[in-house]
Amino acid sequence: MRILSLAGRRLAASIPTLFLILIGVFLLLQLAPGDTVDALMAQMGGGDAATAKQLREFYGLDLSVPAQLANYLWRLVRLDLGFSSIYGKPVATVILERLPPTILLMTASLSFAFFFGLVFGVIAARGVNRWPDTMISTLGLIFYATPSFWFGLMAIVVFSVYLQWLPPGGFEDIGRVQTGIWRVLDIAAHLVLPTLTLGLIFLAIYLRIMRASMLEVLNLDFVRTARAKGLDETHVITRHVLRNALLPMVTLIGLQAGTMLGGSVVVESVFSLPGLGRLAYESVVQRDLNTLLGIVFVSALLVITVNFVVDLLYARLDPRIAAEG
Amino acid sequence: MDAVKRYFRSPAAVIGLILLLLVIAMAISAGLLYPRDPLALAGRPLIWPFSNPRFLLGTDNSGRDIAAQIFYGARISLLIGGVATAIAILIGILVGAFAGYYGGWVDNVLMRITEAFQTLPNFVLLLVLVAVFGSTLTTVTIAVGVVSWPAPARLTRAEFLSLRNREFVQAGKTLGMKDIQLILGEILPNALPPVIVYASVVMAVAILLESALAFLRLSDPNVASWGNLIGLGRDVLRVQWYVSAIPGIAILVTVLAVSLVGQGLNDALNPRLKSR
Repeated sequence: MRILSLAGRRLAASIPTLFLILIGVFLLLQLAPGDTVDALMAQMGGGDAATAKQLREFYGLDLSVPAQLANYLWRLVRLDLGFSSIYGKPVATVILERLPPTILLMTASLSFAFFFGLVFGVIAARGVNRWPDTMISTLGLIFYATPSFWFGLMAIVVFSVYLQWLPPGGFEDIGRVQTGIWRVLDIAAHLVLPTLTLGLIFLAIYLRIMRASMLEVLNLDFVRTARAKGLDETHVITRHVLRNALLPMVTLIGLQAGTMLGGSVVVESVFSLPGLGRLAYESVVQRDLNTLLGIVFVSALLVITVNFVVDLLYARLDPRIAAEG
Repeated sequence: MDAVKRYFRSPAAVIGLILLLLVIAMAISAGLLYPRDPLALAGRPLIWPFSNPRFLLGTDNSGRDIAAQIFYGARISLLIGGVATAIAILIGILVGAFAGYYGGWVDNVLMRITEAFQTLPNFVLLLVLVAVFGSTLTTVTIAVGVVSWPAPARLTRAEFLSLRNREFVQAGKTLGMKDIQLILGEILPNALPPVIVYASVVMAVAILLESALAFLRLSDPNVASWGNLIGLGRDVLRVQWYVSAIPGIAILVTVLAVSLVGQGLNDALNPRLKSR
């Protein structure tokens, strides 16, 4: 229970941060040229000044900036994110529709990067400064330097255009109505390339951290003790080293959650996935500032949630953290 | 001098330096080799690389010389990467120094702000900034700098926290030096090396951020940048994939060079960590 209260306290501490972000971005967006009504009028094909005035009154845009901010925050407390004039739906609905592909993509990429980062990190650390290590570390450096959108495009050329193994984009095949397991498999096939594309840079980061952390733990006294009492090497690695070496990796998940969400903006655009990232891009292009602000709120919320889960995981991996409080 | 020797003993660091010098040479020689506007019409569109000696790397969808755009793109990437990094490091040092030196409520407030910046995905913040201030070369550069400062700020703060109670700082205080003198003249020079090394990471990320923005056509369309060219090549990806492939390799090489140099500097300046 101490773990929960500790993580809960961290969670409570992030609420002021959330408000800080919202107030900051809200004020920032006041500087943007044009407001919701301008966008709306442009969509309607223009209109006279009286209609614009009426609309501004309707949306509360005729009030002073502090009053608007107060209104916005008060609506937010009731989980009302406002109305998107471009999509003609409440922002909350628009975002909820777009959330599943992004969460699926992020989870898949994270699992891919974490698992292979761990495996390659361990292999590299076991053969430090020999050829497997050199090869893995070099590959890691190259992956780190690869722009994700470019890798995605090249993957489309190779796997979709030439080999025709995988679909070049989209979330599922909309030409066919599919149910059950076939639909799941179809979505999975669509997500293979985006997952690899988004996960690549994180794979590079994870394997580097895993390698360094393994090397550090391998030199500690308790590992020597484990070896001295005659445990075989596999046992030493899996039972004693791995658990301790995992701590920095788990920390990294929390630190990288935001970066990953940002990366999904680009990856979703490359593979035309109908996710949150693509929505962010569209709302910038279409000047749908209400939706953009909603996305800021939801992505900050996502990052905070990931960090909360990481806190819980961390305490499970290392009991000392929960004990110290 | 020891550090220089140690740097050149690492093959990876030397390769990185050579690659970086190559990219810098490209940026410098762009005007000499390709005196014409790189965004001007040069020949037939979509000539494949190595098929026409006039256009070594071929032409893009609107008949512009790809090689010229690659050379001029080096300028843009280095310029945006360099200036954005300088902005990020400067803000980071200021915030980190004050937070670490004063502690207490100053630290609290500054770290809350840093946390807010770290909680918001930096690419999303970049989109917001571009939506508000538009996408010219200047605004994009500043925006990339503004989203990149939290990590250097945390690093500087950690350095200041460990240095602020050292004897040389105490001595300075007893001598009656002002806070600002202590921060800038005494502590900062000691705190600087790891921050400068970290600048290479910031620069690598800054170049990648700008190219992603340009790929989405949200960066300055009036300059020859690698990201712009990749975005353009996307329209003809199925057959003329080379239009996107070539600038991507340029980005990869540049980011790789910057990271290798940074890692080499790190190992050369912290020899004790080298064994890891």
